[in-house]
Amino acid sequence: MPAVSKGDGMRGLAVFISDIRNCKSKEAEIKRINKELANIRSKFKGDKALDGYSKKKYVCKLLFIFLLGHDIDFGHMEAVNLLSSNKYTEKQIGYLFISVLVNSNSELIRLINNAIKNDLSSRNPTFMCLALHCIANVGSREMAEAFASEIPRILVAGDTMDSVKQSAALCLLRLYKTSPDLVLMGEWTSRVVHLLNDQHMGVVTAAISLITCLSMKNPDEFKTCVSLAVSRLSRIVSSASTDLQDYTYYFVPAPWLSCKLLRLLQCYPPPEDGAVKGRLVECLETILNKAQEPPKSKKVQHSNAKNAILFEAISLIIHYDSEPNLLVRACNQLGQFLQHRETNLRYLALESMCTLASSEFSHEAVKTHIETVINALKTERDVSVRQRAADLLYAMCDRSNAKQIVAEMLSYLETADYSIREEMVLKVAILAEKYAVDYSWYVDTILNLIRIAGDYVSEEVWYRVIQIVINRDDVQGYAAKTVFEALQAPACHENMVKVGGYILGEFGNLIAGDPRSSPLVQFNLLHSKFHLCSVPTRALLLSAYIKFINLFPETKATIQEVLRCDSQIRNSDVELQQRAVEYLKLSSIASTDVLATVLEEMPPFPERESSILAKLKKKKGPGAVSVTELEDSKREGGELNGGGDRGSDTAAMAASNASTPSPSADLLGIRSAAPIGAAPASAGSLLVDVFSEAGPAAPSAAVSDDGFLRDLEQPTETSDSLLVEGSGDSDPKFPVSHRFVCKNNGVLFENQLLQIGIKSEYRQNLGRMYLFFGNKTSVQFASFTTTVSCPGELQSHILLTKPVEPLVEGGAQIQQVLNIECLTDFSEAPLLNIKFRYGGALQNLTLKLPVTINKFFQPTEMASHDFFQRWKQLSQPQQEAQKIFKANHSMDTEVLKAKLLGLGTALLDNVDPNPENYVCAGVIQTKSQQVGCLLRLEPNAQAQMYRLTLRCSKDSVSKRLCELLAEQF
Amino acid sequence: SFTTHCEIRTYHRMCGMQFMLLFSRQGKLRLQKWYVPLSDKEKKKITRELVQTVLARKPKMCSFLEWRDLKIVYKRYASLYFCCAIEDQDNELITLEIIHRYVELLDKYFGSVCELDIIFNFEKAYFILDEFLLGGEAQETSKKNVLKAIEQADLLQEVSHVKNCE
Repeated sequence: MPAVSKGDGMRGLAVFISDIRNCKSKEAEIKRINKELANIRSKFKGDKALDGYSKKKYVCKLLFIFLLGHDIDFGHMEAVNLLSSNKYTEKQIGYLFISVLVNSNSELIRLINNAIKNDLSSRNPTFMCLALHCIANVGSREMAEAFASEIPRILVAGDTMDSVKQSAALCLLRLYKTSPDLVLMGEWTSRVVHLLNDQHMGVVTAAISLITCLSMKNPDEFKTCVSLAVSRLSRIVSSASTDLQDYTYYFVPAPWLSCKLLRLLQCYPPPEDGAVKGRLVECLETILNKAQEPPKSKKVQHSNAKNAILFEAISLIIHYDSEPNLLVRACNQLGQFLQHRETNLRYLALESMCTLASSEFSHEAVKTHIETVINALKTERDVSVRQRAADLLYAMCDRSNAKQIVAEMLSYLETADYSIREEMVLKVAILAEKYAVDYSWYVDTILNLIRIAGDYVSEEVWYRVIQIVINRDDVQGYAAKTVFEALQAPACHENMVKVGGYILGEFGNLIAGDPRSSPLVQFNLLHSKFHLCSVPTRALLLSAYIKFINLFPETKATIQEVLRCDSQIRNSDVELQQRAVEYLKLSSIASTDVLATVLEEMPPFPERESSILAKLKKKKGPGAVSVTELEDSKREGGELNGGGDRGSDTAAMAASNASTPSPSADLLGIRSAAPIGAAPASAGSLLVDVFSEAGPAAPSAAVSDDGFLRDLEQPTETSDSLLVEGSGDSDPKFPVSHRFVCKNNGVLFENQLLQIGIKSEYRQNLGRMYLFFGNKTSVQFASFTTTVSCPGELQSHILLTKPVEPLVEGGAQIQQVLNIECLTDFSEAPLLNIKFRYGGALQNLTLKLPVTINKFFQPTEMASHDFFQRWKQLSQPQQEAQKIFKANHSMDTEVLKAKLLGLGTALLDNVDPNPENYVCAGVIQTKSQQVGCLLRLEPNAQAQMYRLTLRCSKDSVSKRLCELLAEQF
Repeated sequence: SFTTHCEIRTYHRMCGMQFMLLFSRQGKLRLQKWYVPLSDKEKKKITRELVQTVLARKPKMCSFLEWRDLKIVYKRYASLYFCCAIEDQDNELITLEIIHRYVELLDKYFGSVCELDIIFNFEKAYFILDEFLLGGEAQETSKKNVLKAIEQADLLQEVSHVKNCE
């Protein structure tokens, strides 16, 4: 047993600790502890009053026992008694016990707070520090209530000792973290900020943590700290290594304070004052220069401290994202670290480069390091470093290097650690989709993914490949051929069977010409896997079989035989049994025509954000997907599902009913959204269809699960007819152009003669509007003509595709279809002019068509981190438009949400720190460019007011959206 | 409520150290300091998981790892592991030097500190830590100043003892 070295030893405690250490078994230890607990309990309960020393010793023993991992349920009172001892050492042990074993017993808290109060007012700095340490360690709400107003006074009082100031600053910080509402800086703010100028470096070091935290929450109140921080930083950076005496750490002047100063500056945008900014840039340059100087010491502490400052400086440079020169220098410096012999530096360089990759100034510079990063992925021995390398490859990926990066990631997957496989699979799937120019490459990549890491391929990934194949007819034949080949493998993953079953069921006919993949060969191949598969896969295969009967009548007999056998038709699983029975019956009674209609090829899926991306975000938590998706879609003109030329595809147009985007980021439609199954059928009955307000996105039309048959059900129409809805719509106070901002269907105009209804659909930069002209009279309208024109500057093209019948019979309705293409952003509305004769009189009517810029929104889901990064990037004054206005309509949450969704943007949850506010993001698609838009709506229910802020990458769009929206709420 | 724009622009999570653990190669916990309120059960669970994770790592591996949504920074000194959890925005390298400075302080105070010193004088290890870090943030980074504070306290003990004997 070593002699207790310093101060006032407690022999009994040392003996007890020795005893515990000498215990040969856990049982012996427990026995010894129980004996000691009994002893202490009897001492505490005994008649003889204990002296301070004994009390301290026993409390200390209890503490030791607790720290060994045993529960302690007594001794608190004795510890509290020690607090009022006037012997420092007893008081100190009492405080330690309280700090470690907090008990929310209110009686006790009152006593503890009393003791603390006494010590705080004792004017004895050591006692004051002990009390402050205790508050900082416990940090409970009760303590905040008792002391939150007292501590700021101690912190700024002229006669407070430096050491007490240090403790007070951090004590206040802790209370602010637990109970921000109780810590009110108010009048103290300026004096607290000026602690940055304090002569004592220790005071500055402690105070800056407090100031940083307060600045994050109240940046405006604390903004004077910026210039003070810059000048303090400048003094430190330019000081010789010995100037700061004991605050120099291994030849690096004040590394902790420097890091904290750089961190504080990250709470603010770049300084507006030119002189301050110049001084700061100089500091950053000096820090970058110093990284190139030879080290002043070989000790790792020297290089760590120096590099800690360097990395913090780089974070600030990235935060500003406005100094191309510094960004590129930072990138070069990190490039050097990528090959450093210190694992720690390689790890941090990879991590830091990930954020650099998302800046447009340094994206290209980051890309030059691709070979080194790939090498790291292959050769690093530490999985956490390999993980960083994979993250960086993902972040630096763009169209130019996607094939290389995806290939490397795929080959890494073969040997990757189990812990990171699922994430790697998601990343490969996202990159392959995002940067596919050639869809056969995409299909190959996903099938490889299933082959290499089938167990880690989640539903989202294989759903997605099917959606894409269904939506792209140029890849369907290739996909069928490739899955057919992949299924030849004797052991293939069940996910492969699912994809194979689905794709052959839809597109097997495309390869049936080759005798090697004739219908029967295809069927036998699929059926050879059937018995090894789980129930859901078998269900899917049964659906593929019935589709085969339609595609290849020659397989009918074989397949019916399979369906008819007992293992199917009497299967104990209800779903399988039902499918077998229904499909068998369907194939026997339905005519070829009916079968062909029922088992028609799946219609395209509506386009939405990839659910894979949502899954990755969820997996990694906010901020983990380093590339902002908005920015990405801007950089990459034609994403997989974007840009494609499908103007003639009516069904696809119908798919994007912008008025009701599904809030769930589930797989595009397989589960929850409607792949507009009924679109072809409705072609001849638009008259009927127009009365269904919900349109293609009506939940009733949804295809559930993976059941092929479900989409056969007729979409049930909602009872809201246009006419009923029209009455509310025709509110004269509300001009036409504003009524349709957040919705796409409704009555545009109505008088005694004529009713005009519209129904519109938008996708990307294209739109289609159906106009319905209803004659309310019993008499024919003669010479009925309509013209659409774009006044003045309006560059949005409107083409009239269908000449209207010259006659509109009494009581009849005629329709007209307009195709709309948005070339660039606009603010005027196209005009619709209608002329006809009614009973000899010429009727002439001009209306504004409700085509507004927001119709071309694509919703963009993004995590909080990405949102704020993007918001910050759009900080030029002209990019922002803001309006404060009185509420004109209901402020009900659900109503507001529906309107914001109707707008076409994604409504983002958990982004705004204030849950009352709404935050949305979207990209406006025009032919010439894409405009990223962020929206924030802050309701103030009390004042019945709103504040609306828009930030868009194009000034005119911010302005226009702000005008449009201000009328909506 | 009409909040300022800067708020949204600069919203970050709270930063700072969440906890510090000292444990031996055998996985015995020697010191624990929690800067965030957690239940005893949660503390035990975290400790168990983290000790296991860190002990499983090989000597030449990187000193940082992601764990739950925190960053772990650790370093081994002789038979003891020093392990800190920090938040996403915090600086790993400077945290590594926080650990080193604490080791230096212990070393200076005890004179070539070893695991036994910390076992037998655990209360001193806590007092030194409280002088150096408070609420998870550096309070005083000067070695001299921290040791001066501790020595003054030791002196106070002597004084009161002398009084006691009189």
